[in-house]
Amino acid sequence: MRTPLSLAALLAALLVAGPLMPSWLVFLLTVAFAKGLVVLGLLVMMRAGLVSFGQGLYYGLGAYAAGLATNLLGVTDAIALVALGGVVSAASGYVLGFVMARYREIFFAMLSLALSMILYGILVRSAALGSTDGFNLPPPSFFGFAFDGQTSRLLVYALTTVVAIGSAMALHRFINSPAGVIGEAILTNEIRVEYLGTSVTGVLHLTYVIGATTAGVGGALIAIAAGHIDPDLAYWTTSGEFVFVAILSGIGHVAAPLLGTAVFEAVRSFAFQYSPYTWQMVVGISMLAVILFLPAGLWSLFARRYRAGGAA
Amino acid sequence: MSHVLIIDAANVVGSRPDGWWKDRAGAARRLHERLLVADTSYDEIVLVLVTYAAFLVFEDLIKLIWGVDPYFAYQPYELLGRVLIGGIGFAVYDVGLFGLAIVIGVAAWWALERTRSGKLLRAVIHDREISTAMGINVARMFTATFVIGAMLGALGGAITAPAISVVPGIGVDVIVLAFAVSVIGGLGSVAGAAVGALVVGLARACAVHFLPEVELFVIYAVMAVVLAFRPQGLFGRPAVRKI
Repeated sequence: MRTPLSLAALLAALLVAGPLMPSWLVFLLTVAFAKGLVVLGLLVMMRAGLVSFGQGLYYGLGAYAAGLATNLLGVTDAIALVALGGVVSAASGYVLGFVMARYREIFFAMLSLALSMILYGILVRSAALGSTDGFNLPPPSFFGFAFDGQTSRLLVYALTTVVAIGSAMALHRFINSPAGVIGEAILTNEIRVEYLGTSVTGVLHLTYVIGATTAGVGGALIAIAAGHIDPDLAYWTTSGEFVFVAILSGIGHVAAPLLGTAVFEAVRSFAFQYSPYTWQMVVGISMLAVILFLPAGLWSLFARRYRAGGAA
Repeated sequence: MSHVLIIDAANVVGSRPDGWWKDRAGAARRLHERLLVADTSYDEIVLVLVTYAAFLVFEDLIKLIWGVDPYFAYQPYELLGRVLIGGIGFAVYDVGLFGLAIVIGVAAWWALERTRSGKLLRAVIHDREISTAMGINVARMFTATFVIGAMLGALGGAITAPAISVVPGIGVDVIVLAFAVSVIGGLGSVAGAAVGALVVGLARACAVHFLPEVELFVIYAVMAVVLAFRPQGLFGRPAVRKI
């Protein structure tokens, strides 16, 4: 009971604080929570041992689904666009999941990377979709109403926060459900799980679809928030970043990805502003510091029981 | 004493409120022990993360030290001239690269398959715990392997430099190419790595020549096809499933 209540309290606090925050912080948190959704999906996958270096595939699919629906079909409703991004990614994830659920470890990682790079290549070569420049999205509407700049940004922030924390609550239930717990058992010993009479492939397939869906929703949200999409969303460095943030955050708790992406985005923004020529170094050193001092991820700062020696 | 100070600094930076300030010497000892333990538990994902963080740091160090302008090291390429092989002109330098790659490949194969250290290393790869129990210094094997890998990476960069213009950021694409080559070839096989490299290189060259539209992702398409039919790579052996 404790986690859903805390998450609900956090959601309320974030929504109330929204109008009081400076606009840069609103945007930073919007981006962070949109990416946090992708990392949230990775958390569920990584608990079952699936480390995907290709979440950019679904992140890009979700963003392009939202972008194309806006520009070709004239759909501007933010909620509809987010739902569409999720559905498109979930459907693609369901189809590809039949293949992906057969792979493990580095082969899973590289095959997912390969698939995302194929999408990247197709997007870059599609002149109709703006090639490497991508294209812009008009401002979103909410329930048929269009709002002016600042209000609109706040509403996108609110939508992102609600979706991200709502997903965290739902996935908290999932990782404590039989399928979620079996996922952890698969990581420990796959063959025993099979001997106990459960379909390993089925559980991994479900986990994969969850990861795809959250990534697609995150992609649609980032498209709406930034008002621009380009093929870099599907590039492997984007996917790699999600994995790194997932590890840095820690995979012990569903709130960890949201905290982790917020911290990561903040570190990167400030590093980029105050040392534009060495920001990568600042990010790299921060990562090394986290690995060294918090081997279980940033979340271990908040975990009630810190397990000494529980490295990695 | 200096140890204790370092730990204090580390604890302040890490700000882990576990009461370390009550027993600073003890905290120092515990952290030291934990780092020792951590040294032998090589979680692959953490290794990837550490090397990526180091990569980010080095990328900026390179820019700080050598600037962002391209460097050209074409002299060896030019001075060696060209040679006609079967009526087609090749740069002698490129032909030399073939020779060097074959020499290093054979040396790596011999070291892995025919020497004592190579056999020890394969034992470690096969089963780390049993190897430790048999008295192999696993930590040293990992360090040595990492150093050799880093040296080969640096050598690869050095011999490529004369053929290209050297600019910051050339390292990024090599990361994923190297993974693609080893996954296509199959892990732990020198012949596999060679074949994987040839497949990747030829696929890219053919794509540029025949179908430029797919050049960007042809490697990944090839990788996906190979993995679809040979999930362990071309030369990899299926992993034994342990209960």
